[in-house]
Amino acid sequence: MKNRFMSLYATTFFRYFILITVGVTMMIPFLWMISTSLKDISSVFVFPPRFIPERFYWSNYIQAWEAVPFLRGYINSIVVSFTTTIGQVITSSLAAYAFARLNFFGRDKIFFAYLATMMIPGDMTMIPVFALLKKVPEWLNLLFSPETQWWTNDLYLFGFYVGKPLGVDSYFALITPALFTAYGTFMLRQFFLNIPKDLEHASKIDGCSAWGIYRHVILPLSKPALAALATFTIMGSWRSFIWPLIVTSSLEMKTLPVMLEAFKGTYSTEWNLLMAGSMLMIFPLIIVFLFCQRFFVEGIQIGAVKG
Amino acid sequence: MNKKENLLGFLFLLPNFLGFFCFLLIPVLLSLGMAFTDWDLLSPPNFIGFQNFVELLKDNRFWKYLGNTFFLMISIPFNIMGSLILASLLAKNVRFSKIFRLVFYLPTICTGVATCMVWIWLYNPNYGLINLFLSYLGVEGPGWLTDVSWSKPALMVMGFWAMIGGQNMILYIAGLQGIPQSLYEAADIDGASFLQKFWHITIPMLAPTTFFIVIMSIIGGFQGGFESAYIMTGGGPDGSTTTLSYYIYNNAYSWFRMGYAAATSWILFLIIFLFTLIKWKISKKIEGED
Repeated sequence: MKNRFMSLYATTFFRYFILITVGVTMMIPFLWMISTSLKDISSVFVFPPRFIPERFYWSNYIQAWEAVPFLRGYINSIVVSFTTTIGQVITSSLAAYAFARLNFFGRDKIFFAYLATMMIPGDMTMIPVFALLKKVPEWLNLLFSPETQWWTNDLYLFGFYVGKPLGVDSYFALITPALFTAYGTFMLRQFFLNIPKDLEHASKIDGCSAWGIYRHVILPLSKPALAALATFTIMGSWRSFIWPLIVTSSLEMKTLPVMLEAFKGTYSTEWNLLMAGSMLMIFPLIIVFLFCQRFFVEGIQIGAVKG
Repeated sequence: MNKKENLLGFLFLLPNFLGFFCFLLIPVLLSLGMAFTDWDLLSPPNFIGFQNFVELLKDNRFWKYLGNTFFLMISIPFNIMGSLILASLLAKNVRFSKIFRLVFYLPTICTGVATCMVWIWLYNPNYGLINLFLSYLGVEGPGWLTDVSWSKPALMVMGFWAMIGGQNMILYIAGLQGIPQSLYEAADIDGASFLQKFWHITIPMLAPTTFFIVIMSIIGGFQGGFESAYIMTGGGPDGSTTTLSYYIYNNAYSWFRMGYAAATSWILFLIIFLFTLIKWKISKKIEGED
């Protein structure tokens, strides 16, 4: 008996030992990033390095903030990720409702085709979409007289430059292709399928239409799943790099990650500023995650239950 | 099923389907068309038949970058095993499990440009933390991102750090909690060891989860490597970190060889499709034998 007790003790110790070691190791890059971001440039290269800086140079953050138009980057990222998220939640919840509840012609075949599209590499669709965004305004110019070419005008909203209405290097190009998601549709459908149908029967007797059921029964009951999808989308959009990189050319239209990359190009050895800039980018992600952690975990699980 | 439901279904699908039509279906068809042209975005495209595909087969760089893509995917089984180990440590009642999860999940949350920047700094040959640590041990660390033989392992280590505590770990935790405790109790009575239980109960019971994770990792792996190549290495040294995704990007947007890039992306799609199919068939066969 005593032996068994000892081995239980040993396994528990072993378990925590591994968990703590792995946890600390995984945190080191972040701690090092914070540490470097608060040093002045001369102590960045001091040997042996100090983990806690002698003096905290908070001014690095201000310097990084002013080096590139970070504020503009923040605004762009907020506009793009919020619009994308709202759009994805609307389009995919509508489609998911149809796939989960309505009985229309070829439903399951269409759904399977949706799933299969997840295998198509993003690289494949990006090339023609980019080409179209670049070419469509030019083609329109050939078709219409110069007076009616409103798509070539720069737009301002309350004095704030919002780019061109169409074509590359615009909010249109950053947002529209991202408004639709097969993954989100799939995830929400899985969740809707698990909502008991009895609830809808009652509303049907009360004379609720399909829209009424979607709006007043399904959506309110699916708040956790919708929140999970929204969390995924907003964070994914905040981090997304390749598409914003391709479609933006002017500094005013760049989102935060692309701007950070441009920042790296000009301050390639000033590690304290680069780390401060990186911190500025991931800080909102960490905040969102801390508040939405519950939805995150649930969402991942919904998405994977027996495809 | 009646006409009214057909119409309703269509209406509910419409917003999503419109997006798919414009940004998936049409682009896929256009991309297939482009693959048979020499379009450079400026002059009108010429139809050149299978010339792009023939050139690809003879293109040494293409084969090299395909090899790189495969090489980087060697890390997938290690990433999955890492996630499984962390998950099994966390699945039982552990104190502070929320904090552990948060810590393990943090790298996944922050992946992208910011973490690439941190890792360039960590891998810095002279002042980076990793080589400083190695110098304490009396080892002179290599120039991780500038040495042909170390660049790929360096990216794989970063990927391991970014992946093990992420989505896969959470899926495995859920999977482990779904295994009935009675199976382990029965095995205990038979005197099974820890490893025997793990091998004969845990692994088979987690098979559906593993299947999902492997498929997603394969699909992701073939398309991967763009961000690290673009931000950290520029695809180098000597093309050793250029993956297919980065090659497609360069062809399309740096050299404006839209047709060639489209052809490469179709080859990539066929490879992904083939591997997903093979994995699917293997899993079916194993299930059939049981």
